[in-house]
Amino acid sequence: MINSLFLINASGDIFLEKHWKSVVSRSVCDYFLEAKEKALEPEDVPPVIHTPHHYLISIYRDKLFFLSVIQTEVPPLFVIEFLHRVAEMIQDYFGECSETVVKDNMVMVYELLEEMLDNGFPLATESNVLKEMIRPPTILRSVVNTLTGTSNVGDTLPTGQLSTIPWRRAGVKYTNNEAYFDVVEEIDAILDQSGTTVFAEIQGVVEACVKLSGMPDLTLSFMNPRLLDDVSFHPCVRYKRWESERVLSFIPPDGNFTLMTYHVNAQNLVAIPVYVKQSISFFESGSGGRLDVTVGPKQTMGKTVEGVVVTVHLPKTILSINLTATQGSYTYDNGTKLLVWDIGKLNPQKLPNLRGSLSLQAGAPKPEENPSLNIDLKIQQLAISGLKVNRLDMFGEKYKPFKGVKYITKAGKFQVRT
Amino acid sequence: MTDSKYFTTTKKGEIFELKAELNSDKKEKKKEAVKKVIASMTVGKDVSALFPDVVNCMQTDNLELKKLVYLYLMNYAKSQPDMAIMAVNTFVKDCEDPNPLIRALAVRTMGCIRVDKITEYLCEPLRKCLKDEDPYVRKTAAVCVAKLHDINAQLVEDQGFLDTLKDLISDSNPMVVANAVAALSEIAESHPNSNLLDLNPQSINKLLTALNECTEWGQIFILDCLANYTPRDDRESQSICERVTPRLSHANSAVVLSAVKVLMKFMEMLPKDLDYYGTLLKKLAPPLVTLLSAEPELQYVALRNINLIVQKRPEILKHEMKVFFVKYNDPIYVKLEKLDIMIRLASQANIAQVLAELKEYATEVDVDFVRKAVRAIGRCAIKVEQSAERCVSTLLDLIQTKVNYVVQEAIVVIKDIFRKYPNKYESVIATLCENLDSLDEPEARAAMIWIVGEYAERIDNADELLESFLEGFHDESTQVQLQLLTAIVKLFLKKPTETQELVQQVLSLATQDSDNPDLRDRGYIYWRLLSTDPVAAKEVVLAEKPLISEETDLIEPTLLEELICHIGTLASVYHKPPSAFVEGSRGVMHKRLPARTGSGEGTESPDMGNTAGGSAPEAATSIIPSQGDLLGDLLNLDMAPQTTTGPTPPTSGMQMGGMDLLGGVLDSLLGGDIGGSPAMGVGFGAAPAVMPASLSAPVGGGLGDLFDLGGGVGMPMGAYIPPKTVWLQAMKAKGLEISGTFARRAGVIQMELVLTNKAMSIMTDFAIQFNRNSFGLAPAGPLQVLTPLGPNQTIEVSLPLSTVGPVMKMDPLNNLQVAVKNNIDVFYFSCQYPISMLFVEDGKMERQVFLATWKDIPSDNESQFQIQDCHLNSEAASNKLQGSNIFTIAKRTVEGQDMLYMSIKLSNGIWVLAELKVQAGNPNYTISLKCRAPEVSQCVFQCYEAVLKN
Repeated sequence: MINSLFLINASGDIFLEKHWKSVVSRSVCDYFLEAKEKALEPEDVPPVIHTPHHYLISIYRDKLFFLSVIQTEVPPLFVIEFLHRVAEMIQDYFGECSETVVKDNMVMVYELLEEMLDNGFPLATESNVLKEMIRPPTILRSVVNTLTGTSNVGDTLPTGQLSTIPWRRAGVKYTNNEAYFDVVEEIDAILDQSGTTVFAEIQGVVEACVKLSGMPDLTLSFMNPRLLDDVSFHPCVRYKRWESERVLSFIPPDGNFTLMTYHVNAQNLVAIPVYVKQSISFFESGSGGRLDVTVGPKQTMGKTVEGVVVTVHLPKTILSINLTATQGSYTYDNGTKLLVWDIGKLNPQKLPNLRGSLSLQAGAPKPEENPSLNIDLKIQQLAISGLKVNRLDMFGEKYKPFKGVKYITKAGKFQVRT
Repeated sequence: MTDSKYFTTTKKGEIFELKAELNSDKKEKKKEAVKKVIASMTVGKDVSALFPDVVNCMQTDNLELKKLVYLYLMNYAKSQPDMAIMAVNTFVKDCEDPNPLIRALAVRTMGCIRVDKITEYLCEPLRKCLKDEDPYVRKTAAVCVAKLHDINAQLVEDQGFLDTLKDLISDSNPMVVANAVAALSEIAESHPNSNLLDLNPQSINKLLTALNECTEWGQIFILDCLANYTPRDDRESQSICERVTPRLSHANSAVVLSAVKVLMKFMEMLPKDLDYYGTLLKKLAPPLVTLLSAEPELQYVALRNINLIVQKRPEILKHEMKVFFVKYNDPIYVKLEKLDIMIRLASQANIAQVLAELKEYATEVDVDFVRKAVRAIGRCAIKVEQSAERCVSTLLDLIQTKVNYVVQEAIVVIKDIFRKYPNKYESVIATLCENLDSLDEPEARAAMIWIVGEYAERIDNADELLESFLEGFHDESTQVQLQLLTAIVKLFLKKPTETQELVQQVLSLATQDSDNPDLRDRGYIYWRLLSTDPVAAKEVVLAEKPLISEETDLIEPTLLEELICHIGTLASVYHKPPSAFVEGSRGVMHKRLPARTGSGEGTESPDMGNTAGGSAPEAATSIIPSQGDLLGDLLNLDMAPQTTTGPTPPTSGMQMGGMDLLGGVLDSLLGGDIGGSPAMGVGFGAAPAVMPASLSAPVGGGLGDLFDLGGGVGMPMGAYIPPKTVWLQAMKAKGLEISGTFARRAGVIQMELVLTNKAMSIMTDFAIQFNRNSFGLAPAGPLQVLTPLGPNQTIEVSLPLSTVGPVMKMDPLNNLQVAVKNNIDVFYFSCQYPISMLFVEDGKMERQVFLATWKDIPSDNESQFQIQDCHLNSEAASNKLQGSNIFTIAKRTVEGQDMLYMSIKLSNGIWVLAELKVQAGNPNYTISLKCRAPEVSQCVFQCYEAVLKN
């Protein structure tokens, strides 16, 4: 099982180590740092590294490496999932996951890690259980603690630990009972030069924010559940009900959680909300080239496309660029050769256009690679797959909760080839 | 206030200051001080000097302080064992605390203090906690057993904790069950043979119940444990599958993959025509696709596993090609894995899409990725025949880009394409030659040289091209040197007149100026070959090469099956069986492993591949004697078992190595016939001992011997034995490859088998059986494979056959259906034996009888055949045929045409009479066969042809 954890920042400094079994010298990280040196980008460090005596399994998240040391045959996915849990836990407790935050809350992070694993076996990874054992820091609490000398470590056994619903604690009380659901869909797509869809799919997720007193039992149903054939659920969802009736029936965890993720990849169901007309060409002589990009709305179901951003990684041999945007503004970083054009809202009457000339470094040949365009966008009040929540019912409690559903569509990995 | 304040006092008296604070009377100050100590510890500072002071803080009601002290203890107890004893009392007391949280904390912490003296005190509290009324304590105690086992395995066994742990599998609380399973699995890992997790239908049922209720991590442990179970029958298998399937929708990817493992394994037991089987296949695809939208690290592990799954059951993901398309911001390790799977899924239906993608990738920025994409195009060409043409033109387009590494990769794969589809795409050679100068990588240079050598006759300036490489011969890598040597020899054999100087130059470079034994050996062999027998040299060097196929980069099936059982583990990421990197138990030395990648290595041509061999070091260490002796030694060494003792099976690894060394060269050198040992006929004395002059001539060293033998094969010296052919491919028989031939020696028909174990596990218990056949062939004894056949071992066996078995007419007549059994399975194949095996020794008819019989058989039964391109004179032909028990009774010469009359008797008493017309100077013979059972004529004719032409 998981032997040790090292937190390493992007420049390769180890700033936290935790061992759940015997202590492993931090020199083991040298193998990892060596691999990190070799990789061009921090994202490219292979997640499983083999050393003479250990396996190193790592993730890269929020500009930090979470590196675990393994000695026995352990499912790598188990380790990777756990490492992501650690990152989420830090995010959850301290609002962000960064080196500063971890250093500022070193002892608490250490206590939390101790609660999460025992001898390498996961012990308590559910956020609500952890929060009962070690209370997250708040300004009020730290003041109270200093005054009264009480600590933020709970001294009773968390209720969720052993019940068959470990994700919910008992005795939850709210004055305002509310349940909100966000249906967020991300479009992953590759379009080729002519605008034809090479590949497109929708990654959907239903995020919930449930603040309900007692032990509510919820049922969420959809207008068109047939869309969903590839789903993964939070452990609270009763799978049998889903199989038989296509409704989500669950006792929710308290607070924020991901109720379900789903996946629509039937090509005809994936609407592409924008089109991009682009040409990036270089003169044969090799002295420069032209760039011309226009973005327009396509299948938007009558909604406005906003937050449109076009990102282009220009070839390394570019010396300078001189472009004009009819809408929005562009920034260009000559160090990373990253061109970012922030368009904002798409106006179907007047399509935004960015054009101008690119000049190459003296003597540089015509670039070989074709830069890809990355598109970012947002559509409010629309789930592009057409998924709609029908109703939410609550059983088991008497009060009337306040309910709400929000839809949003975003671009995920949305890429246009040139 | 943040914890960073704990780092601010980094001046000299830090430890001293902390000591004072730890001993303070104020609770709050104490706690702050312990926090400072812990903070220093987490960043790796040594604060062990404070041990006694920290331990003094242990007896407190404040849970946070207690936990902090425990944290400290776990880290430093080992370095201060005597002091750690001080803590024992508190632990024992805490184990009796009314608060279950404290009880659990105490037993948990005690297990983490890896000090022998403490473990003794741990036993009693642990025993109590294992039976605690509170499940939280029980589940913590279960893990503690695993901890204790790690420290002192004997103690755990003596104290009976393992049995208590096994009892916990039946606990009423699912969390306790899950932890017990996890602990037992970990303990079992260090006792691979122990029967700790004794799974039976009852315990499986308990596990399946707990599966639905325990935490996600517990589900992983339980699923991994379930995967080790073997259901009794397909019904049990199906019911487990049904209960595991809901796990495929879990949000935790590790749960999903563990469930996939269980399903993939138990599916094997389901009958394929079952409806449920199809349903299950359909259910497997979506979760696998979903894994690909997770974080890149998860994707990587998922992809490595999917790679195995698509090899085992391609049908699951065959429609999901698009999800493997590479996004340009995928990390490189994800990109490379996706490419691999794209090729595995490529088929005629989707090849156009795949190629368009690959072409797109070939223009990306990342060099490694571009290279692999180019290679992938070549692999597509080899895998999907219909796409070959399009692949080649895509590769040519890429070569036109003139991007150096793209051109080089393209040339390497085009070489493979040539080997798969000979004489189809050679028109592109001219384009390749244009890029000769830009090649700077050994592999690409070697590939280009191979192409030039192979197609020397079509390249006008081949000699100039090769000569240009020769200039820097000694600076080239071995790979290029070997290839250059072979290519120039090929060129010489094709265009002998213009290239004599060149070949001499390269031979002397290779043999005299090189330190590399492989290069030297190959040089010597060519040299001798060329100077002794240019015709043989031609046969050897320009021999037809076997076609390559896509299968070369598939995982060997038995290994694949093992890996499928290890889905989701490190083994599945490395594509190596756990035994390859976990020796015996946990935490031991792991061998350094390169991750297995399916790059084109497997598709090297054999003459590029066989460089190292068992005997090479020997040659390298001895001082080089004169060339003849060295070669003689080498060859004698390797050939000894072959030429002298005949069918002695070369079983030792050393001999195998030796064979490898000479591998391709010798095999083709001897035309395969030597596999049946030409000396055999002599040894058994059955054939007329008319030794060809060349064989008995005095020979100068082993090499001469060898070549003369090779030359002598064409002479009448024994019954004709067809070359060995592969009857059963390893791919189809879980790693067992069988090749063989038939021979007739001293009147006994023998089936000569070569069994090769290409699997990873040992094979034993071989047995063989024949189906009924036309001539009643049956094994006369059991298959004599006495020693188990280890991985990569080969054994040769001769099986004597009788002709008294049950008879059934087969089509074709000489077809034989064989079943071979070993400890793994039963395999079936069919082969055809030359009917000449059935020609008996007493088949010489009296002249009178012959004449009478010839007349007696109706002319309807006469069949006429032509044998073309046979250059033997009538005498030689007669001699040769006699070796195979075809007896010439009379000879007549009419108008320059020799008429030979012959008789044959089959083992079942059928007589065949023949008339062979041989005209001097005409390579075409005419043969008339007469027999009362005319259906054998065709087979007999085939024998004539085979015997005369070999």
